Amino acid sequence: MRNLFALLAGSLFGAGLHISGMTDTTKVQGWLDIFGAWDPTLAFVMGGAIIPMAIAWQLARIRKSPLVGGTFPPPSEPRIGRNLVIGSVLFGIGWGLAGMCPGPAIASITYGGPGVIVFIAAMLAGMWLAPRMRSYLDSAVPAE
Amino acid sequence: MEMDWIRGLLGGLLIGTGGAVYLLANGRVMGASGIIGGMIDGTGRNTAAERLSFLAGVIALPLLLTLAFGGVATHITSNLAVLVAAGLLVGIGTRIANGCTSGHGVCGISRLSLRGIVATCFYIGAGGITVLFFRHLLGVI
Repeated sequence: MRNLFALLAGSLFGAGLHISGMTDTTKVQGWLDIFGAWDPTLAFVMGGAIIPMAIAWQLARIRKSPLVGGTFPPPSEPRIGRNLVIGSVLFGIGWGLAGMCPGPAIASITYGGPGVIVFIAAMLAGMWLAPRMRSYLDSAVPAE
Repeated sequence: MEMDWIRGLLGGLLIGTGGAVYLLANGRVMGASGIIGGMIDGTGRNTAAERLSFLAGVIALPLLLTLAFGGVATHITSNLAVLVAAGLLVGIGTRIANGCTSGHGVCGISRLSLRGIVATCFYIGAGGITVLFFRHLLGVI
């Protein structure tokens, strides 16, 4: 059941990324291009996604446990931390350069051609390197 | 062009519904970088089947929609250096920050998580400056 629901969630996510136009890098870079031909589509995607998700968080507070058992995620940590800021800035630079983030890259893997394949390969390499960089960051500057 | 915001809103609702299913059924935060990254660095080895099932859906539905209604162009750059640099930065950054547009953006903002809101401000800010610099000043993207 767990895997079936995961497949359903992934299917909705993939269909949404595809239909919304978020697999088109010009729309993402257009959103980030506030000094050029600004494209507001991403705001509608974000807004549309937040509505059902906000309802789900409220339902999660009422329900004792998820449908297939286990526990709900713990409350969000209030601490901001250096890694959150450094990581988000690095991610933002990469996102701006290619107009791709992890979800849309995977969603367009079958039709994005060699460009998307190269991007995903480099992204996976980055994900493999990240724990090493994170421990380097932690040793270079003591955590606050 | 006029249809773009309608498609955006509709697609967004589907994305959020996917996140709602993943939370209410499986008890998980739907974050693409976390789901993929956990398979790469070994932290998600015990939940590999769930992760792969999710990713199968992410890959299959756009493929089915493409076969049924025709393709969508990604317009991704063919500049190899840009692709490799961007991919590395996205992979490293999302894992150090512990989330991307789906985890911090959609799932974080919707529960008014301070971390999600701060992360989103930083990656949108950095992305905006990157496009300004590399498109309008250097003209490489």
